Amino acid sequence: MGRVSGNILGLLIGPFESFGFMRIALVACFALALANGPIGILLLMRRESLNGNVLSHAVMPGAAIGFLYAGYSLAALTIGGLLTGLAVAALAALSAGSRWQRQDSSLIAFYLVSLSFGVLIVAARSSQADLMHVLFGTVLAVDVKALLLIASISSVTMLVVAALYRPLAVESFDPAFLRAVGGGGGVFRAIFITLVVLNLVAGFQAFGTLLAIGPMLLPAAAARCWTNKVWSMIALATIFGMAAALAGLLISYYANLPSGPAIVIGAGAIYGVSLLAAGRIRLKPRSLRGQR
Amino acid sequence: MTNSPDPAPRHRFASDMVSRVRAAAAPVRHSLAVSLSALGDHAQAALVRCFDNGYDPDASDGQSRRAEEGIAVRNLSARYGERFAFEGLTGEFAPASLTAVAGPNGAGKSSLLKALAGIIRPAAGEVTCAALARHRLAYLPQQDELDRGFPITVAELVALGDWRNFGAVREPGQRLAADVEEALAAVGLSSVTDRQIAELSVGQFQRALFARLLLQDADVILLDEPFASLDESTTEDLLRFLQRWQGEGRTVVAVLHDLDQVRKYFPATLLLARSPIAWGGTSLSLSADNLARAQEALDPSQDARIGWVA
Repeated sequence: MGRVSGNILGLLIGPFESFGFMRIALVACFALALANGPIGILLLMRRESLNGNVLSHAVMPGAAIGFLYAGYSLAALTIGGLLTGLAVAALAALSAGSRWQRQDSSLIAFYLVSLSFGVLIVAARSSQADLMHVLFGTVLAVDVKALLLIASISSVTMLVVAALYRPLAVESFDPAFLRAVGGGGGVFRAIFITLVVLNLVAGFQAFGTLLAIGPMLLPAAAARCWTNKVWSMIALATIFGMAAALAGLLISYYANLPSGPAIVIGAGAIYGVSLLAAGRIRLKPRSLRGQR
Repeated sequence: MTNSPDPAPRHRFASDMVSRVRAAAAPVRHSLAVSLSALGDHAQAALVRCFDNGYDPDASDGQSRRAEEGIAVRNLSARYGERFAFEGLTGEFAPASLTAVAGPNGAGKSSLLKALAGIIRPAAGEVTCAALARHRLAYLPQQDELDRGFPITVAELVALGDWRNFGAVREPGQRLAADVEEALAAVGLSSVTDRQIAELSVGQFQRALFARLLLQDADVILLDEPFASLDESTTEDLLRFLQRWQGEGRTVVAVLHDLDQVRKYFPATLLLARSPIAWGGTSLSLSADNLARAQEALDPSQDARIGWVA
């Protein structure tokens, strides 16, 4: 018994003990999960998952241009991604309230075009391997500098969410009310979108432009199945995100698979299980379930 | 496979976690509030304008000071794209008046309310409303514009009405819980205080929103189809609040489609059919002649032509 559990522990911890890049990848994913928990939940609450997806692709052309000029330079990728992401967010903010913003088709069109644009830019200079790197990221290539960037973005995100949690939540529920009571209106939307872009840029290094939204949305969607309280949802989403990262990294290590997709599939599996579990628990609508 | 643990301790653990997370966030909030108050006057004013404009605990010191405020509009128009929602509206919702806005579908009633509430920018003309600038205006949108799936309890929803006393970052006051209870009792919802809003019926949800209006204590109250799809007794109950608010010196404007209701309860009526048809005493505004003109202004052939744009 003791030997077996010892072996299992060895299997779980061994890779991180032996390889620095695995440790850094794990810490980076944990840091991402900490910030992605609240951001993902707020995205879901606002019913803006599609916008999040679009933003994640908006990061692509900028990052690609940065890549074109400076190769694998963290600074260039980050600044490029940040600039295009924020530019698109600003455009979206300017058009807020106009009819254009509500049309899913223009959002989809935008994300397809910016994705293709980014791919063309990368392909113009470099190889298939680079393209794969930009599209799907390489968690295992995260170095200490990138880790510091991710950790900083994650810390800033958590501080801002903690300080401005109330208006952020109310703005996603009833923006007209918040504006009427003078709670700020557009400012919080701008802050929130900036946070989303920041976290997408942080996730870009690890998960690439196609998957960066995955670790943000999937644990959040899974947490939504288990509880009605926003705080517990955020805590659960963070835990799910960390569990998916751990499982994905181990699977990718032992099965020799790409780690970004493995982590996202791990998160997807958690979501699937949560859906099933929630379906079983909530056969009866809540209002009929032995209240009083 | 372990047996699922007794739900009580698990629940306690969860709420324990929540309170711990809250406790961890409290210093951040607190330091934000402190640094807000420590900043220089100028910088502080700018920051407050951005983040915490609604914090104004002095706003409701005693009912006696209620400034009876109306809304004046001059040549007001709003449009969606090419099409005017409504145009050329001039007049005044008098202080402490109770006005119904009636008219055919697509007459621009909801757009007018949104323009008065400052939610859409008018295409032309202007709205003069001191209450709006002081954040003493309450706006209740049509029910389907709110996200009923949002995870918030009835008590939390109602507590938001007290925003001016806690703003974006401050701790809610001691009295808040009692105030919320009182407001919920007034609208007859004491039994569902801790339920999620998703579990309420349409009528209960509207009652909860009225409880929030009670806490909001606004000088001008705008209501968009407040009684749509409500049963009769709920409608009766809520109508009484409208009359009470007018009696307290508040200006109340409600978009309605039930003309009998308008005739019975509303002293003044604005009949709108993209352009104003009549604005004044209800019996005059809703004369057969005016109603016919309102229908004509939005006649079906014209609607069909516009239909493909919308």
